[in-house]
Amino acid sequence: MIELKNVTGGYGHFEAVRDVSLTFLNGQITALVGPNGCGKSTLLSLCNGQLSPHQGNVLVDGQRLDALSRTQIARKIALLPQSRTVPDITVESLALHSRFPWLGYPRVYQNDDNAAAHKAMQRAGITESRHKLLTHLSGGQRQKAYLAMLLAQSTDNILLDEPTTYLDIAHQLTLIALMTELKQAGKCVVTVLHDLGMALDIADCVAVMKDGRLLVAKAPNEVIASGAVEAAFGVTITRGERYAFTKTD
Amino acid sequence: MENNKRNILIIIACTACLVLAALMALSQGAVRLSLTELLHGLTDGSNETARRILLHVRLPRLLAALLAGAGLSVSGVLIQTVLQNPLASPGIIGVNAGAGLSVALCMALLPSAIAVLPLAAFVGAFAAVMLVYGIARRAGASRITLVLSGVAISSLMTAGINTLATLYPDIMSGLRDFQNGGLSGVSTGRLTPAALVIMLGIAASLTLAGELDVLGLGETTAASLGLHVRLYRFLFLTLAAALAGAAVSFAGLLGFVGLIVPHMARFVLGGGGKRVLIALSSLMGATFLVLCDTAARTIFSPFELPVGILVAYLGVPFFLWLLLRERRKRHD
Repeated sequence: MIELKNVTGGYGHFEAVRDVSLTFLNGQITALVGPNGCGKSTLLSLCNGQLSPHQGNVLVDGQRLDALSRTQIARKIALLPQSRTVPDITVESLALHSRFPWLGYPRVYQNDDNAAAHKAMQRAGITESRHKLLTHLSGGQRQKAYLAMLLAQSTDNILLDEPTTYLDIAHQLTLIALMTELKQAGKCVVTVLHDLGMALDIADCVAVMKDGRLLVAKAPNEVIASGAVEAAFGVTITRGERYAFTKTD
Repeated sequence: MENNKRNILIIIACTACLVLAALMALSQGAVRLSLTELLHGLTDGSNETARRILLHVRLPRLLAALLAGAGLSVSGVLIQTVLQNPLASPGIIGVNAGAGLSVALCMALLPSAIAVLPLAAFVGAFAAVMLVYGIARRAGASRITLVLSGVAISSLMTAGINTLATLYPDIMSGLRDFQNGGLSGVSTGRLTPAALVIMLGIAASLTLAGELDVLGLGETTAASLGLHVRLYRFLFLTLAAALAGAAVSFAGLLGFVGLIVPHMARFVLGGGGKRVLIALSSLMGATFLVLCDTAARTIFSPFELPVGILVAYLGVPFFLWLLLRERRKRHD
């Protein structure tokens, strides 16, 4: 569980996130939505300690983030960043590297690490390509490899920054199934999503942001009823079999 | 789970190649020595001529090639990983030239202080690597920007070396060899302190290979895995500068070794962890330079080519191929 209490933060003097109080619960998928530049990715960076808040506190599993070491945070929170470098390593190496917070010196992988990486690759559906170089994989396969890396980190809190970008529909569905599986396993899953329909469909809680501020964080139906989506995006929502959006004048 | 058995076999095979290359280097030259003469020369001293040739000429030169090859290759692995740029190497981004200028300055101003040459080389190499890194970060750190920044820094440092050569013609008499990169005039006095730095540098790199693995995943991912990114980036660039600087202090501006060898090692390994990459790069780098040096002093016998020239003949086409491959990747 991650709690933000009156958190303000950003880069230098620029405050990309302003006075946000929000709790991400275990066993839930929380979708962070909002227009480009509204502070969603900055909020994730504040959640895992990559940015320190200018004001307010972040707590993970009841402990203040600033009281934990980098390693302790990495054992509790995993992050899949939006943009990633593609190193010249195999899928298996990538999954193993995410065991770093659990390794003692001299950083040699033990049986537990190998087992965690193997299980993560299976869950992400990338075991068959484990000996392939990341540079030789398609975008969808590469995303699976990064998901394996995320899972092998064995944390209770999982942050995903726009994980569906560049994925075709089949890979998107696989990803949704995986997020649901993690939620059912009691993990706290927080994901930034640009696909508003997907966010309203799959999330237990939707947090809508605009201009660095949190407009609302509630169950999808309540979010729709609150009018926050219209306020943030300038669109109206209608629901048939799926959500539909039309630009508001 | 990692392909450990395969990696161990590769390391054993490369060690065997290194031993063969070393034997070839000891036996080949103006006076050819058979395996028996080699053994007698090295052990019982029954063949005094062979013993003198080996102890005073070929063995120091072999050690110099081994150390310079290993040091520059590991420096290349570190630089390519930290800068996440396959085109980077100590020669390409101006680290060697920075070390060279500092060494030349030391030779000109403190000609008797041979023991401090590795330190001087480290200072120059470190200044160059930080300068290039700073420029590339400020300019957006694209791969080509980094290479161009290195070319500019290299040219500036080389101009500095040439200026010193003009002002101190006697002291810099071996300048041509130094600028091309050569091992012909290497002495035990120069080699000993540099050898210590290179061996410690490789040991430290092997120890910190886990951190290097994580740093290679990119800053955001590395930080989310609990790595102190700024600290380790600084540490690895310092190590890279120390390794390259120590090699330059006795081998001169030997380019391309740090570029070619890490790619060769990656190709052989097919993408494993950095610990095995560092180990293999040091073995392959040592073998590569021993073979190149043996070829450089025997191909045009009785004339001897500085080994840096031969390495450049191999390195420039390789660099151009890498450049084209990078362009293709960006267009894919």
